[in-house]
Amino acid sequence: MLRLDTLVITQDDFRLTADFSVAAGARVAVIGPSGAGKSTLLSVIAGFYPAASGRVLWNGADITRQPPARRPLSILFQDQNLFPHLTVAENVGLGLRPDLRLSPAERAAVTRALERTGLAGLEARRPARLSGGQQSRVALARALLRARPLMLLDEPFAALGPALKAEMLDLVAEIAAETGATVLMVSHDPDDARRFAPETIVVAGGIAHPPRPTAALLDSPPPALAAYLGK
Amino acid sequence: MADRAQPLSRGLGAGAGIAATLILALTLGTLGAVIHRAGGFGSLGPADWAALRFTVTQAALSAALSLLLAIPVARALARRRFPGRGVLITLLGAPFILPVIVAVMGILAIFGRAGLLNDALAALGAERVSIYGLSGVVLAHVFLNLPLAVRLLLQGWRGIPAERFRLAAALGFSSTDISRHLERPMLRALGPGIFVTIFLICLTSFAVALTLGGGPKATTVELAIYQAFRFDFDLGRAAQLASLQLALCAAATLAAARLTLPAGFGAGLDRALARPDAATLPLKLQDAAAISVASLFLLAPLAAVILAGLPRLATLPAPVWEAALRSLLVALASTLLALLLALPLALAIARTKGRLLETIGMLPLATSALVIGTGLFLLLRGLASPAALALPVTAAVNAVMALPFCLRALIPAARDLETDYGRLAESLGLSGAARLRHLTLPRLRQPLGFAAGLTAALSMGDLGVIALFADAERATLPLQLYRLMGAYRMADAAGAAVLLLALSLALFWILDRGGRADAQA
Amino acid sequence: MRHSLMIAGLLCATTAAAQDKPVLTVYTYDSFVSEWGPGPQVEAAFEAECGCDLNFVASGDGAALLARVLLEGDSTEADIVLGLDTNLTAKAAESGLFAEHPALDVNWSLPVDWADPIFVPYDWGQFAFVYDKTKTETVPTDFEALAASDLTIVIEDPRSSTPGLGLLYWVKQAYGERAPEVWAGLADNVVTVTPGWSEAYGLFLEGEADMVLSYTTSPAYHLIAESDDTKAAAPFTEGHYLQVEVAAKLAGTDQGALADRFLAFMTSDAFQSIIPETNWMYPAVTPAAGLPKGFETLIRPEKSLLYSATEAAAIRDAALAEWQTALSR
Repeated sequence: MLRLDTLVITQDDFRLTADFSVAAGARVAVIGPSGAGKSTLLSVIAGFYPAASGRVLWNGADITRQPPARRPLSILFQDQNLFPHLTVAENVGLGLRPDLRLSPAERAAVTRALERTGLAGLEARRPARLSGGQQSRVALARALLRARPLMLLDEPFAALGPALKAEMLDLVAEIAAETGATVLMVSHDPDDARRFAPETIVVAGGIAHPPRPTAALLDSPPPALAAYLGK
Repeated sequence: MADRAQPLSRGLGAGAGIAATLILALTLGTLGAVIHRAGGFGSLGPADWAALRFTVTQAALSAALSLLLAIPVARALARRRFPGRGVLITLLGAPFILPVIVAVMGILAIFGRAGLLNDALAALGAERVSIYGLSGVVLAHVFLNLPLAVRLLLQGWRGIPAERFRLAAALGFSSTDISRHLERPMLRALGPGIFVTIFLICLTSFAVALTLGGGPKATTVELAIYQAFRFDFDLGRAAQLASLQLALCAAATLAAARLTLPAGFGAGLDRALARPDAATLPLKLQDAAAISVASLFLLAPLAAVILAGLPRLATLPAPVWEAALRSLLVALASTLLALLLALPLALAIARTKGRLLETIGMLPLATSALVIGTGLFLLLRGLASPAALALPVTAAVNAVMALPFCLRALIPAARDLETDYGRLAESLGLSGAARLRHLTLPRLRQPLGFAAGLTAALSMGDLGVIALFADAERATLPLQLYRLMGAYRMADAAGAAVLLLALSLALFWILDRGGRADAQA
Repeated sequence: MRHSLMIAGLLCATTAAAQDKPVLTVYTYDSFVSEWGPGPQVEAAFEAECGCDLNFVASGDGAALLARVLLEGDSTEADIVLGLDTNLTAKAAESGLFAEHPALDVNWSLPVDWADPIFVPYDWGQFAFVYDKTKTETVPTDFEALAASDLTIVIEDPRSSTPGLGLLYWVKQAYGERAPEVWAGLADNVVTVTPGWSEAYGLFLEGEADMVLSYTTSPAYHLIAESDDTKAAAPFTEGHYLQVEVAAKLAGTDQGALADRFLAFMTSDAFQSIIPETNWMYPAVTPAAGLPKGFETLIRPEKSLLYSATEAAAIRDAALAEWQTALSR
């Protein structure tokens, strides 16, 4: 279970508070107006940006001060999820061992993860020679391999077409189901939220609200969300 | 969120600390030794202030002109592909690594009173022009430093991801639009640093300023330091002048840092560059003109040097070849040391927000060779005989003297590396040796190769401190060249100059090439 | 760093020698010890007779040499310093680091009387403007004629080079109060002022100027080493300023007897006959065999100018200021 305990995030004159829990294995969308602090919230959870006060807890353990790689999570950024000078296999292998000294078993695991994400045979390619969808799959393959209990998606599929994005979200859902991971996904698209996330966190007006059932929330949105949704 | 400060890992912190300490020891430490020996500062007279004025004026003019002229040349080289381009880029870099006296002779063969230009003017019935004076000093400094400016800017152009040019092309950007949206931010990010680097190089100019300056009007601070050391034996005054130079260095570096704006292009996927915007005829002509004029300006004096020396190359006396071998070894040792120092320093500078480390990294540029030599002499005298230390000390000093150039090449790339991949690396726990091997080295390969080549070539051609320490058996090639000149053997000296030029260029080419040989499939 | 030390170790392995022979350490300027200077031959000749190891330590030019000895002070390892000239001896003597030399029974062939208790001369030369006979037909016979002519000259800076300083004293001694006037007249003939002799001579050979400040002996190099008789030195009626190069023993030497022996050797034929064709200067004592063939073609100015060391030191700053003012216009 992820718990944000009276978390306060400040950045210049920006301020965001969060105080709620997300159940283990939940799939949660994070939506809200541009600039409301969705990405910042994920950055704090992932450990790239320090919270002004409050705590981030995972299964009761305080991870507020842990460096990003030690936290029980994988994060997919909007872009720059891959190193362009490394091959697909190496990019994925980094998820197992950052020094890339992979054992035969680990190599096999990399191959399996690539197969699982539909990338079989592309091991030796470099990212520049992959399509956008394939690049996303490589990042997902790595997340699959790392099998961390929490996955943070900071709009990694925003650049993909609707069909491709849907495909990716299905893949994320499958992976999350396989690994039992909790997923937090920033999104702009209410349809994504409906499709992927039973629950949704609304970030607006300086507050990250506790997760609520997505369908109900979108059908009768509170005022801040209504403005954003154009309803 | 790129501005979040990151703690330095222990290894990186230690590496940067050692590098900074070594630089401080060689710059402020040697100066301190001289001040200690002098028992304090001396007093400066009006002549010293006049020298300071002239020094700053010529350095500022030289730096501004080098940078301005480098822009069209680097842009043309960046957006054109033609056979022999790689070789041309290497050759254009040659003047920067020439020993000063050789460069001066080359310049005079073209622009001197008896040079080709004046012969041509005379043949056309025009007045002969004299370059001696401020114009000659600036001309020579531009000749020596334009190559550095071009190379550093070229790195800047390479640093703009092809994706941004592709986007520009998709949006129908004209070259003017590209210049405004892509090139100007890049120039804003690199220009101040390049300007200050060249300004500082010219600040400590001695032989060029004096030889081409035409007389005592062109007195530089470095000459005043020389005079104080050698003819007045006034260490206090020398130390004070040297402190003035270092203060100027620190001020200029900090000012440049304030003017520098990060370009923030983001990362690309290392795709090949295509520039449809530049396919118009006027632009092709403009680029062709920029490349031709720069080539003529930079290569004609080189050709003169080569023509003068080639006939004697084969018959150079044995000590010259021995010195060449010695210089090669010193250059390789310098290069290794410089990279070991520059890499942690550049990474630490990229990850911290303060300007202290960066300023320390620039100090060697403004340090008088005489102060380093004398200070080291005072510091090391008790440890071993100066002659025994000659080569290791030369290698170490050459490495530190080359550090500012290495840092110029590495810092922008290291910053981009941090901005683009810092978070991803952190999220994956990529650190220590793994990070070095799988992220830092491959991503910094180009600037590292360039820095290595530059250090090796500079070390090859540097007279530096060896003259204070070496004895007959440990002469380096530049020292041997000066010895030949001092023994009237100007023709042999010209031959040695060609050997020196060839070796420096070869070293530069191999190492720089190593950085560019692309790992891309 | 360890790497470079290792390389240095390899490089000096050939020269390191643990010998029981006494070692005489002679500090000198760089060009003396180069392959083309007198050093190698002098070392061989002295070691053949002294049963010792002669160790040359080089640093820069004469001024750098003195600067180094002054920096090292009492703790210097030098037994002998060889390569100062009369412009530097006042400062050297003042330091108290040098000892008097033993009585020498020598028939000096210097153009001036020599009776210095500390410094022993080993060669000398006269400064002169050197030109190319095939290019310059009308040769000036004094500074005023030079100033009045259209001839271009390249000179060395008195603040960084010995010949430059020599020229400063030359004009000062020849013209006294009128020196600034002469310099003002010369200003338009001066193409440029170089940091040292090598740069100036190189510029002259490249054709950048009609004449260069060098030595009366310079043409001998071209004649003897290159069979080129086109270079000549212009005789000036005011006389020519003299440069006398000297050596002296350090007061703190632990090889006093050997040092004295070296100073005596320095005035012998064995040493002196090496000088003309390596240092391209006149030997302080003409060897029995005379000067090498070719030297007889050189001009031999009757009149030599030379300030005593103390005079030179006393007038230096004023003369320098005059020079700087006149040439800065």
